[in-house]
Amino acid sequence: MPTPLVVSDVAKSFTMHLRDGINLPVVAGVSFSIKAGECTVLGGPSGAGKSSILKMLYGNYAVDEGQIIVMHEDGLVDLAHASPRTVLAIRRQTIGYVSQFLRTVPRVSALDVVAEPLVERGEEREAARDKARALLAKLNLPEKLWALPPATFSGGEQQRVNIARGFITAHPILLLDEPTASLDATNRDVVIELIAAKKAAGVALLGIFHDHEVREAVADRIIDVTAFAPGKLAA
Amino acid sequence: MTDEPLLRVAALSKFYGSRVGCDNVSFDLWPGEVLAVVGESGSGKTTLLNCLSTRLLPSSGTASYRMRDGQFRELYRMSEAERRFLMRTDWGFVHQNPADGLRMTVSAGANVGERLMAVGDRHYGKIRATAVDWLSRVEIDEDRIDDEPRAFSGGMRQRLQIARNLVTGPRLVFMDEPTGGLDVSVQARLLDLLRGLVTDLGLAAIVVTHDLAVARLLSQRMMVMKDGRVVESGLTDRVLDDPRAPYTQLLVSSILQV
Repeated sequence: MPTPLVVSDVAKSFTMHLRDGINLPVVAGVSFSIKAGECTVLGGPSGAGKSSILKMLYGNYAVDEGQIIVMHEDGLVDLAHASPRTVLAIRRQTIGYVSQFLRTVPRVSALDVVAEPLVERGEEREAARDKARALLAKLNLPEKLWALPPATFSGGEQQRVNIARGFITAHPILLLDEPTASLDATNRDVVIELIAAKKAAGVALLGIFHDHEVREAVADRIIDVTAFAPGKLAA
Repeated sequence: MTDEPLLRVAALSKFYGSRVGCDNVSFDLWPGEVLAVVGESGSGKTTLLNCLSTRLLPSSGTASYRMRDGQFRELYRMSEAERRFLMRTDWGFVHQNPADGLRMTVSAGANVGERLMAVGDRHYGKIRATAVDWLSRVEIDEDRIDDEPRAFSGGMRQRLQIARNLVTGPRLVFMDEPTGGLDVSVQARLLDLLRGLVTDLGLAAIVVTHDLAVARLLSQRMMVMKDGRVVESGLTDRVLDDPRAPYTQLLVSSILQV
């Protein structure tokens, strides 16, 4: 199986200039790879740096040290040192991301929020909307909500819009930051199904799941993030 | 997607006597990209915008623009007439105060049509039809086409200014605080409109704003300015979620949560 993403020796810390410049190390010596057709899970307690790792892989956090090698458009790119323009291209074509919370845009309907990533990749708007409808129906989002902007939706409804938006494209790498946190059992099962379908399609998934059941159902491999605690580097 | 930028800016500086307007600013802008320039009042962001749009000449540095024929031209070496032509055809400039970008004593339709005539359109019926189409795209009712912008609300004036700027199909649009001074509901409508137009038309835009939420919504890339210098730049969400420079951290931590 191909390995579309390799992380080697990545370190991240935050310097808080408003707090007299104190330095808060988050992770160090992060090294792992993920494989196509597998779901790798980042494990460890809150604050261990799981979300920070995902955010670095999406270019959302800067990387202090190390490399993040991504297979992008038949070549290898180091995301940790890529230009903003390259990171945007990688997000468009290669790495998808389901964040913990939906960032809503005023006045854009749930349907278009979900269809947007496909339109950005050049798909016809109506074809993209059809796929969005199918996915929202699968996730049991009531049809009467589709035409409304998601800002006023409940947490679980927003989460489902967010999941649909992340799963609609055929990105070869998909990052999942607690996609099932605010879902009921039925919809959790739908997400497990969707993840299984992505695996079957050869997508490399990397996720954070606090929910035991989901983790048991989807994980092929668990990476213990506490091994990357900044103090442990010497050990 | 092309591999060449639309605009290349190198070491651009503007001094007002001994005071610094902007100092040593360099960046490239690609087609379809929206760059936000943020910073507080007096940080030099408007000076930068005015230099880039050649409304002001810099003290030093260069800016070259890729013309429609693919050739790069050095902006500050063009003749005044060439620059004016560029401004009328290939560029747009959306002012914070719509009164600066509109002609307040001619009708809304004429405000839009005038730009078309400037690029050589002469057919009245066609100009009027295009004007109607653009007014509807910026959500102004057709029956207001013969009214003067003086009779419009602030939000409508701003939408009219946007229509006036985009009607000629520019490739690069400069915006100076496009949502400043508007009510939040009006602002949301305008932002949504701008976002849609920029995506649909594949425009490149440079947006000066002190509002980080506006920057997050509209731009992919961001430059943070302080005292005329760029203190941080990068992907918009990276700069806002992981600010590195002390000044950016201060800006981000000063946002009010709703």
